[in-house]
Amino acid sequence: MSDLTRLSAAELAGALTSGEVSSVEATQAHLDRIAAVDGPVHAFLHVSSDEALATARGVDEARAKGEPLHPLAGVPIAVKDVVVTRGLPTTAGSRILEGWIPPYDATLVTKIKAARLPILGKTNMDEFAMGSSTEHSGYGNTHNPWDLERIPGGSGGGSAAAVAAYEAPLAIGTDTGGSIRQPAAVTGTVGVKPTYGSVSRYGLIALASSLDQAGPVTRTVLDAALLHELIAGHDPHDSTSLTDPVGDFAAQARRGLSGDVQGVRVGVVRELSGEGYQPGVLARFEESLDLLRQAGAEVVEVSCPHFEYALAAYYLILPAEASSNLAKFDGMRYGLRVEPDEGPVTAERVMAATRGQGFGDEVKRRIILGTYALSAGYYDAYYGSAQKVRTLIQRDFAAAFEKADVLVSPTAPTTAFKLGEKLDDPLAMYLNDVATIPVNLAGVPGMSVPSGLSDDGLPAGFQVIAPAREDARLYRVAGAVEALLQARWGGPILAHAPELEVSK
Amino acid sequence: MSDTLVPYDDAVDRYDPVFGIEVHVELGTRTKMFDGAEQYFGADPNTQITPVSLGLPGALPAVNGTAVEYAIRIGLALNCGIAESCRFARKNYFYPDVPKNFQTSQYDEPIAHDGWVDVELEDGAVFRVEIERAHMEEDAGKNTHVGGAAGRIQGATYSLVDYNRAGVPLVEIVTKPVTGAGERAPELARAYVQTLRDMFRALGVSEARMERGNVRADVNVSLRPSSDSPLGTRTETKNVNSFRSVERAVRYEISRQAALLDAGQPVVQETRHWHEDTGHTTSGRIKSDAEDYRYFPEPDLVPIVPDRAWVEEIRAHLPELPAARRRRLQADWGYADAEMRDVVNAGAVELIEATVEAGAGPAAARKWWMGELARTAKEQGVDLEVLPVTPRQIGALQRLVDSGRLTDKLARQVLEGVLAGEGEPEEVVVARGLEVVSDDGPLLAAIDQALAAQPDVVAKIQGGNLGPVGAIIGAVMKATRGQADAARVRELVLERVQS
Repeated sequence: MSDLTRLSAAELAGALTSGEVSSVEATQAHLDRIAAVDGPVHAFLHVSSDEALATARGVDEARAKGEPLHPLAGVPIAVKDVVVTRGLPTTAGSRILEGWIPPYDATLVTKIKAARLPILGKTNMDEFAMGSSTEHSGYGNTHNPWDLERIPGGSGGGSAAAVAAYEAPLAIGTDTGGSIRQPAAVTGTVGVKPTYGSVSRYGLIALASSLDQAGPVTRTVLDAALLHELIAGHDPHDSTSLTDPVGDFAAQARRGLSGDVQGVRVGVVRELSGEGYQPGVLARFEESLDLLRQAGAEVVEVSCPHFEYALAAYYLILPAEASSNLAKFDGMRYGLRVEPDEGPVTAERVMAATRGQGFGDEVKRRIILGTYALSAGYYDAYYGSAQKVRTLIQRDFAAAFEKADVLVSPTAPTTAFKLGEKLDDPLAMYLNDVATIPVNLAGVPGMSVPSGLSDDGLPAGFQVIAPAREDARLYRVAGAVEALLQARWGGPILAHAPELEVSK
Repeated sequence: MSDTLVPYDDAVDRYDPVFGIEVHVELGTRTKMFDGAEQYFGADPNTQITPVSLGLPGALPAVNGTAVEYAIRIGLALNCGIAESCRFARKNYFYPDVPKNFQTSQYDEPIAHDGWVDVELEDGAVFRVEIERAHMEEDAGKNTHVGGAAGRIQGATYSLVDYNRAGVPLVEIVTKPVTGAGERAPELARAYVQTLRDMFRALGVSEARMERGNVRADVNVSLRPSSDSPLGTRTETKNVNSFRSVERAVRYEISRQAALLDAGQPVVQETRHWHEDTGHTTSGRIKSDAEDYRYFPEPDLVPIVPDRAWVEEIRAHLPELPAARRRRLQADWGYADAEMRDVVNAGAVELIEATVEAGAGPAAARKWWMGELARTAKEQGVDLEVLPVTPRQIGALQRLVDSGRLTDKLARQVLEGVLAGEGEPEEVVVARGLEVVSDDGPLLAAIDQALAAQPDVVAKIQGGNLGPVGAIIGAVMKATRGQADAARVRELVLERVQS
């Protein structure tokens, strides 16, 4: 087999099952690729070669003995560093957790380990998932494999870049306001934010508890469906996790990939286009829409008038919850501990010094915003009002889903911008998530699939949104988009990405 | 710094005291409020912890259903309404014993609200205390300050934190302002906490041991010129953790605040610390610059919606509460009000109940525990329940009396033996040879001996003067070392003399 890293997870799983390839070979191929390209890409914060190869060997032995295995057993995976992994460093991209080795696994990691997918390592991210460019990582930028001068999106730029650069066929991301979907859009990959509660949050280092959701980062819609099925399901450790049975996502993906979208009502959200959207991004969006229409989908326009307030509400709810979630990082129990340079070493002063040194500017900005928004006398005006907006947005979605089975929009208004371009302009940075944020506020599922290359030659994303608990619809529609576009392109969009320089 | 105090009687003469109490009770569930860590008393530090109770990154809470049931029991027992839906909130503040730097508590939506409890004072007077709310929350860890004076944080060189207690389920019960108790306010405050303690035990929700900190009280006190004046400024005295201290703390604050008001100075709204050793309070932090806890609904937990049928089932299975039980027992036992009150005040209800179960009549059981045993306990300065005698033994002892094998006097000697550790009543009877002599033979011999010693007595009795019979009985009792039944001896003496 030529280059194992170019296979999709489904293809690799097939090769593993047939015995054509061993998991050790597949895992080693990805570790070699990481060694070759991750210097300039910097998708990984930690590479766990020994652990990954040990898992791979175990899978190969089990397969040799004819033991039953999960269909994805032996397929390597990368995990965003916000997910707690027993025995592997977990920093959430923050210096305040430097050197912390968790004593337990997140529930989704437990599921990955039970299915025996070798974990290649932990991927880079904006500190505590705050950002849209991965530039806020405490450990250096991740670079977009399409153009190393550009951002890979954020906060999960590491997972998206790792998948786009063929360093891993699968990765785990988390999405609070677009951190899976926006990086997918700007790296030409696939990212899914499941229904809130579909995947357990136990072991995700919380950013905003009511918005966070983990999901798949892959190169194909089918791979995302397979990974989503693996990590979803009720978890008694997460009170907000759904008790629904896991949907048949892969079957729906295959249905869509066959081109079957006949009769599906596709609602175009009027408020998620127009001003602020790059023309090339809008053009690719319209083309994708045309293909769906030609394949038999019924395209309608819907209006969600309160989406206008989504960004403002989001930037009250998120900082408020984050200010409380991040209070635990105080140098008392784990992670960084800084004693004040002078004066008495009291608990309060150690906490202040640790937080002062350990947190980056964006984290401090949001903690201050959130602390203010929750303060006595301001709570109703800020947090309270934001929650009301959230209800209005949920109603907008409910009304839109009466007219359409899925909603669609460009995933992000622009393609990848240059590193440093928006670093000093937080509001411009926040606007990147204008189309993805309403999805989190309503708890509904959303997905980004590549829609092609914009005028600047960089990838853009097509977002599909479904009602809560109807994640399966995403896979059918996105599968169709992927199949229809790839038929036009003659292959995956990533085939158009420049080859990365390989170092040895 | 010592406070100026007004003598208590003068203070309550000039001002109407109002108080309110927040009682925290640790629930006796097997595991903690939000995670599977076990919680039992006396474990080594930091051994009862999970990622959740340690607040590790990524950990999430999950509500303990048993704790919710216990909270509902408490709410129902306090005649509260049980919320159709309630939720948890985060109370944000930085302190090393709070692992997440927020406490998960209930804020605007408590599980139980608007109830009452009747509290009986020692003389039988009954006051109704209105309950504002009862809500669920988690306990904090425990700090130990090393190197400073008396374990205080001031001057300590370092502090240790034990997170075993972090996450232990608590229910906090908050009264409405308690008015109308006047000079009896301190007494009522104490009796209220005692009433709750007894209730927790009866409900089976907590061992409710004060000395272990299972039950802790914060006491609010304010004064006003008269009962129709608006409420005065209050102080909150924290961590008053014994019945006696509750009474003393309220009393102290009344005297202290009265002195301020007499001098025309304002009472400062503040938190105060209680000093058990000296019996006084000192100023803590001032409420006006109190921390802003930035409460908001806990997003990691979904609302709790107690199923109505479940609540009714809990109500139907509520154990008998102490007050109702006392009423039932008093009726069963036929005690007068004053008698029952004495029994309650002496802490003898359970002891008498068990003694009656062991076969003694209620009157006899009361006589033992409130008489001989109460005296012994008082002499030794201990509580009745720690005396080395069980209700079962007292029951057995009384059965010996009832069957005529012991006289009351002999029974007291047997009890002495039991208390001295000589064994069961039956064993003491045998070992000390104390049984009533019921065989007439030895009695007749003793009578003949006594009559022979006092020949003139026979003639007097035969002459109709029964006065000297007592002297003969006394001599016989002496000869038998008290083991004779005096009534039988009298019969035999009369038979002997008149035959």
